Amino acid sequence: MSEKAFQRIYTQLTAITKATVTLEADGVSNDELALVAGRLAQVVKIRNKSITLQVFGGTEDIPTNAEVVFFGEPPALNVSDDLAGRFFNAYGEPIDGGPAVEGEKRQIGGPSVNPYKRRQPSQLIPTGIAGIDLNNTLVSGQKIPFFADPDQPYNQVMSMVALRADVDKIILGGMGLTNDDYLFFKHEFESAGALHKIISFVNTTDQPPVERLLIPDMALTAAEYFAVDKNEKVLVLLTDMTLYADALSIVSNRMDQIPSKDSMPGSLYSDLAKIYEKAVQLPAGGSITIIAVTTLNDGDITHAIPDNTGYITEGQLFLRADADSGKVIVDPFRSLSRLKQLVQNKKTREDHSAVMNTSVRLYADAANAKTKLENGFDLSDYDLRCLDYAKEYATRLLAIDVNISITEMLDTAWGLFGKYFTKAETGLKDALIQKYWKG
Amino acid sequence: MKTTGKVTGIISNLVTVEVDGPVAQNEICFIQLDDAKLMAEVIKVNGNKASVQVYESTRGLQIGNPVEFQGYMLEVTLGPGLLSSNFDGLQNNLATMEGIFLKRGEYTKPLDESRRWAFEPLAKVGEQVVAADWLGEVKEGWLPHKIMVPFSFEGTYKVKSVAAQGEYLLNDTIAVLTNEAGEDVQVTMLQKWPVKVAIGGYADKPRPFRVMETGVRCIDTLNPIAEGGTGFIPGPFGCGKTVLQHALAEQAEADIIIMAACGERANEVVEIFTEFPELKDKHTGRSLMERTIIICNTSNMPVAAREASVYTAMTLGEYYRAMGMKVLLLADSTSRWAQALREMSNRLEELPGQDGFPVDLSAIIANFYARAGIVKLNNGATGSITFIGTVSPAGGNLKEPVTESTKKAARCFYGLSQNRADKKRYPAVDPVDSYSKYLEYPEIVAYLDEKVEKGWADKVTKTKYIIRKGKDAYEQINILGDDGVPVAYHEQYWKSELIDFVILQQDAFDEIDSSTPLERQKYMLDLILDICDRSFKFDDFEQCATYFKNIINICKQMNYSEFKSEAFNNYMEQLRKELAHE
Repeated sequence: MSEKAFQRIYTQLTAITKATVTLEADGVSNDELALVAGRLAQVVKIRNKSITLQVFGGTEDIPTNAEVVFFGEPPALNVSDDLAGRFFNAYGEPIDGGPAVEGEKRQIGGPSVNPYKRRQPSQLIPTGIAGIDLNNTLVSGQKIPFFADPDQPYNQVMSMVALRADVDKIILGGMGLTNDDYLFFKHEFESAGALHKIISFVNTTDQPPVERLLIPDMALTAAEYFAVDKNEKVLVLLTDMTLYADALSIVSNRMDQIPSKDSMPGSLYSDLAKIYEKAVQLPAGGSITIIAVTTLNDGDITHAIPDNTGYITEGQLFLRADADSGKVIVDPFRSLSRLKQLVQNKKTREDHSAVMNTSVRLYADAANAKTKLENGFDLSDYDLRCLDYAKEYATRLLAIDVNISITEMLDTAWGLFGKYFTKAETGLKDALIQKYWKG
Repeated sequence: MKTTGKVTGIISNLVTVEVDGPVAQNEICFIQLDDAKLMAEVIKVNGNKASVQVYESTRGLQIGNPVEFQGYMLEVTLGPGLLSSNFDGLQNNLATMEGIFLKRGEYTKPLDESRRWAFEPLAKVGEQVVAADWLGEVKEGWLPHKIMVPFSFEGTYKVKSVAAQGEYLLNDTIAVLTNEAGEDVQVTMLQKWPVKVAIGGYADKPRPFRVMETGVRCIDTLNPIAEGGTGFIPGPFGCGKTVLQHALAEQAEADIIIMAACGERANEVVEIFTEFPELKDKHTGRSLMERTIIICNTSNMPVAAREASVYTAMTLGEYYRAMGMKVLLLADSTSRWAQALREMSNRLEELPGQDGFPVDLSAIIANFYARAGIVKLNNGATGSITFIGTVSPAGGNLKEPVTESTKKAARCFYGLSQNRADKKRYPAVDPVDSYSKYLEYPEIVAYLDEKVEKGWADKVTKTKYIIRKGKDAYEQINILGDDGVPVAYHEQYWKSELIDFVILQQDAFDEIDSSTPLERQKYMLDLILDICDRSFKFDDFEQCATYFKNIINICKQMNYSEFKSEAFNNYMEQLRKELAHE
């Protein structure tokens, strides 16, 4: 961001915190950008002449006589087709050595789509992973996060899903990525030969945390350009939203706001919703689908970040290491895709939802049997069959390394039903049993 | 002359304005920003400084921007044409807005003022009338929409003239009334009303005395909600709040459904306006959209308008109630409204109550729920608003301020259980914790005696008792092991499972099972209780489990079949045989 001749310059700060500075200035507008000692900052509070700015790069060694230059406009991104294949930082500046992108300047964090102008999502996004396609089918225009502990391979699964999905653009918003993970994504995209359809906005762990606050809006402004202007199908990957929320709490804390649950700002729900609700199916055919990552603390979903996320997103995908099968699986109990019924039995075979429900219910029976076993009780014949079923179900369907078509998944499940259970035990509709029962 | 002012402070959507004249609490003002006028509401006044919450993004706002106060509170426009509409929280018509994106400062008229409506007079010249009395009627689709004496009229009026039968515009005069002072007042088909004030104009508000049928078994059979009653559905995310609310909206036996999507997902609203026009109302055969109004302030729309959205919805409900309509108002979710209050209270730097919520949260919620109810109108007709709100407790923990405050205000509690949802036992309404206070009302018990059968309420109590006993037995089995308890415990447990699988669980996505009329609910409950009344002699617990699984399977097939169809009767026959050779 370069300085322009007519900009207003001030040199007297009245207060400095770890994330904000305050000064007296005239004619400042809400949300506008400024440079404070060369670092980008944004207006977050105005009280008479006293202006508080949030400094994205942190306030270390900023002196009270630092030079403050106001830009007169909120953060923006230049959008054009040239964005494709490029890597940017949180400010939208290239980090791949290429030239700056020319194009129309668009303010980030723009207005919402009129809900009445939206269309109902109805396009299936197959991933080949049965834990997703069979139990938690994804639909274009959906927003869904992975809930995962930090040690789980969520970034790998996410890049796998992204590269298998049939979309026109993939936009990566990386917040607090380690440099290794950033290079992993870059390598994955390159080796898949998909670079031309990828755009990345990345903030790594060695950069200031407050900068992360710009990443989702940057990524989604680019996404809206391709989805709205170009009618393309866009998939946005946001990782890790927990680190984004942490940055929010840093800023609100420095501004002396009263924290709500888990020291998060009271506006956390609205802040997250503003991002996730950018997922949309547009009338002209374009769509924005958001797949995000929310890392958990030891599986705790009652923490304010996953909790608020769960209320906003259309489901969540839980990764869990399964001891019985020795694989990472998509947990069928806690995972949910709220839009799945829009495509199941419609874009997939008629028995899809029935097979899904039955296989999960039997898996739940196996979990009960396991509890009995752990408590030292005798297991019934049914319990034993459930346990065997559970192991095979986890290995052949729930594991994230499965890559088969949905019809194959359904056939596999029917095979398991026939192998371990009687027809009555499955409780499936007679009409389906007559058509698909195996064994 | 209007009071004006200038912006002196901005924190997010809380703006401080220095004013040059009188301002009222909750007065509406407009802040000029370039070409746009941003709507805002006064929420605090201190000296000549008014704090206003802005219903729009404040990006680009500056110190010194001019503000104009309007002299009225946030109000809605009432008249024919509201039905089937999609409004935002401030009653802007979303369908008539231009462009894909919501434009700041773009306000659209709620009603089409160029449309003519076929009016028929009801009142006679010379009649004495008061506020809310019916002057005439227009056909709003199927609905006989009453044109009433405006709610704001105080005292008694004499009808001087009423327009003859014919086609009129909303703003045409359809009646002239003479007040007690002898002055003539013109009445049109339109009137305005402030949303935060309850609409009165009825003779009496009795205790609810009828049940509202919803087709959802775990509500109708176990914990029925009264017409004009209040209920709430708290539950962690992913437990099926929204699916349950949509089921209620689709099936409930009401004339009008008002859905307030308050701070929730936009796609859920899209689902309603995409699917409802295609779905048929099971009671009337008309398209569901013909009885539905959507008030939509989704989570990404301006936070301050969230609060407005639930009040707007309630006011529209009260308007139709005054016409003698049976209204069902659904709000998803009242927690988001409470959070909006919290955000604002926080920015005002008020001393926080529990969890940072404002201290008067409980009073605000109670006050809102109190606006529901069944009323006797001045002309003897009845109208009602049944209100069901969802609550999204943080972390699924019901010991939080919004749930606790709502529990004090609402008479029915439909608690969704994470445990049931994990087991895919939908609807995940907890059969033990949930309750309906209406089952304790003698009026309701008498109504059920009449409508279903004598002693029905006792049957319900018995059913709940079996569920509880089953739960106890299950806990014992889990502690002592399958073999460690007498087989009778297993029998007790499986009887409760039978009720769970056949009565409580219901497939919201199955054409037949999704909606069960009361008559069928009675049939199935009688059938299940008959089985529960039998005592069995099983050799061991495995035999018991196998037996009941088989029975459950047959009963479930019955649930999936058309009531008393050939298939249904065949399953019934099969069930009789199983029960006979036990």
